[in-house]
This record gives sequence, C-alpha cells and structure tokens, in this order.
Amino acid sequence: MSGYLEGVLVLLAINVILAYAAFLPIVAGQLNLGVAGFMATGAYVSAYLTNAHAWLPVPAALAGMGLTAALALVVAVPILRTRGIYLALATFAFGQVVQATILNLNVVGGASGYPVAAHIGAAVIAAFAVVVFVLVYLLFHTRFGISVTAVSDDELVADQMGLSVRWLQTAAFVIGSAIAGLAGALQAHHFSYIEAQGFNVLLSIYIVLYVLLGGTQTIYGPLLGAAVFTLLPELLRGSAQWRYVIFAGLILALMTWRPQGVVTRSLLRRLLDWRRPAAEAA
Amino acid sequence: MSPPILALEAVSKSFGGLRVIEDLSFEILPGERVALIGPNGAGKTTAFNLITGVFPVDAGRILLDGADITRLPARKRIRAGLARTFQNVRLLAHLTVLENVMVAQYARNASLAGILQPVNLRAGNRWQRAARAALEAVGLGQYAARPTGGLPYGIQKRVELVRALAAQPRVLLLDEPAAGLNPAETEALREQLETISAGGVTLLVVEHDMHFIGAFCRRVVVLNFGCKIAECDADAVGDDPRVREAYLGNQTAFAHAA
Repeated sequence: MSGYLEGVLVLLAINVILAYAAFLPIVAGQLNLGVAGFMATGAYVSAYLTNAHAWLPVPAALAGMGLTAALALVVAVPILRTRGIYLALATFAFGQVVQATILNLNVVGGASGYPVAAHIGAAVIAAFAVVVFVLVYLLFHTRFGISVTAVSDDELVADQMGLSVRWLQTAAFVIGSAIAGLAGALQAHHFSYIEAQGFNVLLSIYIVLYVLLGGTQTIYGPLLGAAVFTLLPELLRGSAQWRYVIFAGLILALMTWRPQGVVTRSLLRRLLDWRRPAAEAA
Repeated sequence: MSPPILALEAVSKSFGGLRVIEDLSFEILPGERVALIGPNGAGKTTAFNLITGVFPVDAGRILLDGADITRLPARKRIRAGLARTFQNVRLLAHLTVLENVMVAQYARNASLAGILQPVNLRAGNRWQRAARAALEAVGLGQYAARPTGGLPYGIQKRVELVRALAAQPRVLLLDEPAAGLNPAETEALREQLETISAGGVTLLVVEHDMHFIGAFCRRVVVLNFGCKIAECDADAVGDDPRVREAYLGNQTAFAHAA
C-alpha cells in the first residue's frame, strides 16, 4: 500500500471511531461538544504510559481508554444534570478545561507538545475501527439500543415504562467518551506527536457534524458521515484552494436535502423492501 | 374480603398555591374495574400522575398490594406491577410499533442482563415473538414493523395499551382510553379491555364517555376541585345530587334563572 493510501486509511479509521464516540451520546439525546477533550485525555494518558513507563502501545491505548471512561463518569454526574443547549455548553467548557490543563502540564510537554516514541501501525488502527463498529452494532441490537432511543424520544414515557433514564444517559455518555479516548490514543501513537492545541472545539464540532450529516437514526449514519468527511476533501484535492469552498457547499446542500442525515430508518426500510422481491425471484 | 390492590390514603398535592388534590382516599380491590370521573380540571390526570410517580405527593400514602410505594421512583412502580397509558397517545416516534411494545418488556427484567438482552440481533427471537404475539392477539400484527407516526389515532391508542401490558402489570391505569375514538374503535377498545380484565388485571380508568363507563366499569369515584365528592355504583352515578351539581351546576340556581 502506498504511503498516501495508508495515511487516508488511518484518518478514515480514526474518524469512524470518533464518529461513534459522538454518536452514542447523541442517540441518548445529548450533544457532546467535548469529544476532543476526551480524545486528548486518552491520547496524553496512553502517550505518558508508553513514554515514561515503557508500556506497550496497545495496552497503553486501552488503559487511556479506561481512564477516559473513569473521567467521563466523574464529569457525567454534574454535566448530565443540564439539558439541551446548556449540556452542549457544559461539555464545550469541559473540552476547554482539558485543553488548558494540558497546556500547563509540563510533565507532558505543556504548550510545546508531546512527542510519542512508540508506534501503532495502520493495520492495528483499522482493526480497532472494525472492533468499535462491531461492538456498537451489537450494543444497539440489544435492549440498550431501543432503550436509549426511547429516552431521547420521550424521557417521561421512558421513565414510566421502567427505564432508568439517568443510568442510560450516563452509560451512553461514558461509553462514547471511552471510544473518544481510544481514538486519541491511536492517533497519538500513529502520528508520533500530540499537542493540546490540536484537540480544540473545532475538532469536536467536526466529529458531531460527521454524525449529524450521516444520520443519527441508524448505526450506519456515523460510518457514512465519517467516510464522506474523510474522503471528500481528498477527492477534491485536485482543485487546491477551492476545495474547502466546494466542501462547505456540499455540507450545506446535504443539510438542505437530508436534514435528518443521509442514512435514515425509512431509507433503510425502502432499500430492504426493494431488495426483498429481488431475492424471492432468485 | 381480599385486601385492596391499590389504595390512596389522604393524598394531597399542590402546585404553588393551587391545591390540585386534597385529602383523596379510595381503594380498589383485585380484579375490579373502577372509573375515575369528574369535570375538566378536577384533578383526574394529576391523581394518575401521583399514583404512577410522575410527581411526589405532598401528604398521604399510596399502597400497592399492601406495600407502601409513596416514595418509590416512577420506574420502579411499573416494575412493581403498576402500568399506565397516556391521555394523549405517547408512542416513541423513532421506534417501530413492535419496538414500542418491547420497550416495556424491560420492566419485568430490570437489570444489567435485562438491558443487554439482544432483542434486535436475530429476527424472531423470543422477545420479538412475545411482542408480536401480543399485537396479533388484538389484531394489530400487520402494523408490527411500521413506524408509529402516521398510524391512525385509534390504532396508536391500542398499540399503547399493548405496550403497557408488555410490562405484565397487576394494575393498569388508563387515561381517557376512548377519547378521540369513533364508535367502532371504542367498541374494539372495549373488547380489548374485557380480555385484559378477564386476565385478572385490575383497571382504573379516567374517562368522559359515560356510555363507555356504564358499559364497562362497575364502580365510579367522582372528583371535583381535587376532592372526592362521591363513590358509588356506575349505574347510580347519575342520581347522585353532588355529581349532578358538579357537572351541571346548582339546579336550584337554574330554577331561579328560569
């Protein structure tokens, strides 16, 4: 594989993982604008473990993921008391706090960034993306899937039907954040260098956009959204300075024509109905 | 006589300075069908919301089968056997009819293992079969895979009923089940409720349709301004002077005006 293709593959895999990090809370009715903050946590924790304590990179990445989950659980208690736009603002503030904290942590390089010696290759990152997708697929085909959808549709009804609204929201938030931590750890060990400035709110917004444009109603939306967002700028590379203008125009067009996202439940249903008669004929 | 399956003891509730429910007590025996009636604003839906735990009571006790559930959170009340439907149908818009029914199955199996049951992994697994059988039993099987939006109102109301039953409640609270239904739909609903009642589920119904109440309920509790003003047989409710006054106004006043 050429270096360029491998680079695109890694970007694609990391973006797919990140898309699911944002997807989980969104499905439970929460807009998490602090994804980059959780990503940074996973990246710095795992990088510190490989650099300073000579951990192997994959166990370090998993440890970074675990610690991110623990941090998410701690912040979920106050943050998930807020609702709607206030929740979005609280998660945004969390992202800023993480960024500012890292900038002042000299043990991991502070503002000058943190080189990472250990390396994780493209194949391992791609494998992680597949594992994340499969786990999310399995999770959303359990009762958890219909339960979080019920919570975001109507909290009162969910509560009256016996679901633990707060438990489900916390679980979605923590699992999503853990996935973001994993993505951060993988990125840190592939690109060999991380800096706090890279984990900014623009990154969080981009990740949320993957999910919103891909569609939040099915688990295939984030996959498609992340793929389009990763590959489209590459395909538009030919037109140099105009590519971001075209890219932005395409985003606006998508929002106009498919406000529910590209992949919706009704679209999947129509595809299945269209396939079924064909299968019976064969 | 068997002890009551649901009992309210001197329950009161205020919103701000407004006393919505005042010193409300009544008992329902296992297997009974009781109607809770009263003019608009009498506090019927609030009484439901207190019983199901949407709001905490200010004073008094609520007992389910002898156990005090006054401080129990709403989600645990349905697990204890107390399910409900809503005044304006509240199906979950992003789930199919079948999934709506499956949501309430959790109440019977509320645990981490319950939340991880693979209900949608293999088509036709036991949870899907149970939900589909419940829909088919009342002639709604054809709607199982449909999204809930766009279904006729009468169908939505009956789906909501099937959903509440998926929790296998001992007591079912129905908030205006017949409202907005045409006579044919009301009849289909009444038949469905007869079957539920025959299965041993105790029913408490808020309803305005007096024909429906007369045909279906044995006993009536009448509320006005948050207070119980009467409790009598369904047949006799029209004869009670306090009930007539609550609905029609003071009749001597009418006589003077005339």
